[in-house]
Order: sequence, then C-alpha cells, then structure tokens
Amino acid sequence: MDDGRPIFLQLAEQIADDIVEGRYPEETAVPSTNEFAAFYRINPATAGKGVNLLVERGVLYKKRGIGMFVASGARELLLAERRERFAEQYLRPLLVEARRLGIAEAELTRLIVKENGS
Amino acid sequence: MTIPTTRSGAQGEHHQDGPAGAPGIEVRGVSRRLGRTLALDEVELSFPRDAVSGLLGRNGAGKTTLMSLIAGHDRPDAGEVRVLGHRPFENAAVLPRICLIRDNQRYPDDFRLKHVLRVVPAFHERWDAQLAERIVDALRIPSRTPIAKFSRGQLSSVAILIGLAARAPVTIFDEPYLGLDATARRIFYDLLLADISEHPRTVLVSTHLIDEMEPLLEHVVVLDHGRVLLNTNVEAARGRALTVNGTASAVEDAVRGRRVLRSQSLGGLRSVTVEASADDVALTARRDVEISPVSLQDLVAAYGAAGAEPEPALLEGASR
Repeated sequence: MDDGRPIFLQLAEQIADDIVEGRYPEETAVPSTNEFAAFYRINPATAGKGVNLLVERGVLYKKRGIGMFVASGARELLLAERRERFAEQYLRPLLVEARRLGIAEAELTRLIVKENGS
Repeated sequence: MTIPTTRSGAQGEHHQDGPAGAPGIEVRGVSRRLGRTLALDEVELSFPRDAVSGLLGRNGAGKTTLMSLIAGHDRPDAGEVRVLGHRPFENAAVLPRICLIRDNQRYPDDFRLKHVLRVVPAFHERWDAQLAERIVDALRIPSRTPIAKFSRGQLSSVAILIGLAARAPVTIFDEPYLGLDATARRIFYDLLLADISEHPRTVLVSTHLIDEMEPLLEHVVVLDHGRVLLNTNVEAARGRALTVNGTASAVEDAVRGRRVLRSQSLGGLRSVTVEASADDVALTARRDVEISPVSLQDLVAAYGAAGAEPEPALLEGASR
C-alpha cells in the first residue's frame, strides 16, 4: 500500500473500495483497527486515522464494545461521491489525451461505443 | 489534520510521570560534544507518548548519541532530557522503564540463549516470557550455539527479542535490523505492531530503511550534523517537499524563489525537489510542469545531500 499519499488516506480508500465491491456488506462488522494494522503492516494509530475518516463521513459507525460497522446506505453514499468525481478523475484525463492525439469528439464517441460493445 | 484515535490501555497508569498528554520524551536545548565533534547542537524536540517514532538521518548525524542520552547512558553537556517527565541519568525512578537496544550489545563468552532468558527478565519488571518464547520461535534463534558465535542477523534477533519481550514503557531500538533478511525483518515488524496494539508504549527506532519502516511510524525526526531538520508527524513529512518535472526553463520558472533541495537534468529536461509552500496550488495548476510527491526516504536523502540548514518552519513540535 503506497502511492505517495498519506497511508491513512490509502487505507480509508481501500476500505471504501471493499464496501463498494460488497466485500463488507452494510450492517456487518469491518475488521478492527489492530487487524487492519497487522494486515497492511501499518501503525495502529495510522489505521485508526483511516477508519475514523470513514466514521466522520458516515460510512462506518461504532457499536460500543463490539466494533466498527458499515452504515446502511454507505455503499450508495460512496457511489454518489464517485459519480461526482467521475468527470474529473476519468473524463478530463481522457479528453486531455484525446486532444494530444488529435482525436475529435465524434471519433472519440465512436471509440467509446465500439469499446463498450466489445 | 488531527483525528482523535482511541488507544486501549494505560492512560492513567503513568499519572506520576508528568501531566496527561505530555510527550513521552522531551529534549530541550541539548548539546553533547564527543571529542572535537559537536554530536548534538542545541537539539529541541519531543517524541509523543505511546507512539512509534522514527529517528532518521545519515551516519554521524547524532542519532546514537541522542538515544544514549534518552536512555540515561550519558549526560548532556547542556540542556535537559526528560523521559516520562524524569531526567533519566542515574535516576532509578525512570531507568527501569527504559530499554535501549544497541546494535553492538556484547554478551559473556559462554552465554547461550537460555542464559539471556534467565538473566535479562530481572531487569525488566514487565518481561513477558510467553512473548519471548514466541519471538524465539518466529525468528528461529538457536538455543545451543553460544551467542559469541552468532551471526550478525542472529545477534539482531536476540536484541529484538529483548526489546519486545521487555515491554518497557520506553523502548529504543538503534538500527535493530542489521544482518536480518527480508523475511526476518517482516516478522520483526509484525511482532512490533501486534505487541504495541495490545500494549501501547513509547517506541523510538533509528533506521536507514526508511521506505520499509515508514508505515510503522507515527512521528519522524530527521537529524543532520547534530541538528534537527524535521520533527513532525509522518503524514506532514510526506507533504513536506515535492518534485517538479519539465523542460529546464519551465521548471526554473515554476520553482523561482523556492528552496531547492535537489536538482537533476537530462538533456533539456529538469527535475527539481523543492520544499512545499503555501503557493503549491498555483504550482499544481501549471500545465507546463508535472508535480509529483516526494517519499520520506527521498526527502531524507535530499536533506542529507543538501546539508540543509534547518529553517524555523521545519521545527514545529510534536503535532498531535
């Protein structure tokens, strides 16, 4: 786990990905901070920061004495966030490269349709 | 950004050791001269309690000298060291709770593992014999061979065994990985993480394996020529510098007025590492250069090569 950004952010995104993919269903427990720390071989406090980030965003919630759970609606919340970032994260770089290569909009649309069909 | 983290265990346990939330280790204006060398030059820093801190810097930066002072093996010429609120030198109030693991620990000639396991626990009131056994198995420390005949890696394994099983509230490792293969190092990291999860303590570790050990750390201090270059939490350290890539003229224009830590050229291209600043937004918005993050290892290497002078902005305290 390392792409240059703070490790607690990367952990939060990894957990969010796993929720979106359904690996942690809503209203089920996620591993403990210490389990995350051991699995990803990171400092337990760093793991705690990553988990708490998701608590602040309403993705996880704490059941006292039991552990962290995936909130109901968490998956939809994460999907909505991703939809919002879709243009910035995927379309913009696509258009930059298309421009660089001289691919006009009509050609680009044709390529998308073709790729989607294959 | 500070996000409160919950920690199991010993919050009230050290109530006699200074105010709650006080740093585990405080170093105030400490200087230490060794022969003609000023090994530490008015060092001012603190290490958070119950966290793992990394002590980084080139050989000769002053890391081992600082660790000796913190462990009470040595006394500063000027300034003051406090560990859990106490001055450690010849101080029975705190010395039993400090464990310094040096890279060159010597043992009597006829000592075998069983002798270590018999003698060492007497010095550490929280010694955990079961944990010791698990570490012996995990690191495959030989029991029949005299320790005098141990390889470098096996000696490191014994040191790690003592440092972890002692469960000292302040545990200091001076380059604990020497001679260990990649598997043994991973086992060490796993053992350390598992044990501090259950039994939080103030851990200070000096290392050159920065990429490898950075994920274990919460706080980092970088020393160079006996001075503090960086003293911050590990997330902030990552954002401390950035690398600007592009054509020489674009890069020069983009980094004008900034402190350059490292510069490389390839034909007409240039790659420059600069300290981060408030106008990074403007820098990131430029289309003629590419900005990439700088790892902690690259930052330390850049500082080490630049022989950087510390700047006031770098000397912020423990930001927790």
